[in-house]
Amino acid sequence: MTDLKKELKGKIIQQLNLEDVSIEQIADNDPLFGEGLGLDSIDALELIVMLDKDYGIKLADPKEGRKIFESVETMAAYISAHKGA
Amino acid sequence: MSTENFHIESYSQIRNQSVSLNGETIFKSAETEFNAFIKSAYKTLDTQYPKFFKMDQLSKLALIASDILLKTETDKNVALVLSNRASSLDTDRKHQASLQEQEPYASPAVFVYTLPNICLGEISIKNGLLSENSFFIFDTFNAEYLQIYAEHLLSTQKAKKVLCGWVDFDNGKYDAFLYVVAKNGIFAHSKKEINRLYKTE
Repeated sequence: MTDLKKELKGKIIQQLNLEDVSIEQIADNDPLFGEGLGLDSIDALELIVMLDKDYGIKLADPKEGRKIFESVETMAAYISAHKGA
Repeated sequence: MSTENFHIESYSQIRNQSVSLNGETIFKSAETEFNAFIKSAYKTLDTQYPKFFKMDQLSKLALIASDILLKTETDKNVALVLSNRASSLDTDRKHQASLQEQEPYASPAVFVYTLPNICLGEISIKNGLLSENSFFIFDTFNAEYLQIYAEHLLSTQKAKKVLCGWVDFDNGKYDAFLYVVAKNGIFAHSKKEINRLYKTE
């Protein structure tokens, strides 16, 4: 789980072009949207694509994303529970 | 064409690894690769726009060239009339390549920039503009067309000022020349003068 969270932070930084943000600066429970990393709706779509492409998880309902993408912690928990399901 | 006299207030250029304002170099870099060059310009010129690093190359070029001119502008009724040759081809190719991979996945962040006028939206958001905007595709820089279009917007009171020009990016090659047209200014707003400024190195 710890490795997965670190991996997710790296992917988020790289795929969302978060300039000048390091893995160490993202806490597991930091909000990804709003006041946290300040991600926007296009970033949310990128995260949905990332779940599919990198972990083979397709979101049946994009509205689910709101809870899944709250933080790295919630993303990792969702991936752990659904990977290979 | 309008019978009123309009002028060019100021102009900016980004080419050959340098950024200039009214013909004076304000930033120069040894970086030959565009992304490294424009990132360095963004930081040195203290451009504040959190989305900057998520934008495509055309929008980065347009945003820096416009920000130099609009940074101190208080009037928000500034129309945007930009043009280029390559449209959004550089980003279009990236999008196409992602669709032709063995496991095709389109990136939403790339797809949203597959139109050249998206850069106008970025400039508008950055500067809080709700003004008229248009983006034209020409084979080469077309001073006469831009002059007529800008003067029409000004003489019909659609805008108080017009940010005009050329912002072209394709395959690592870049060229930006933007200028602000207003009632008063330093240079005459004529085809000859626009072309002269465009060709100034």
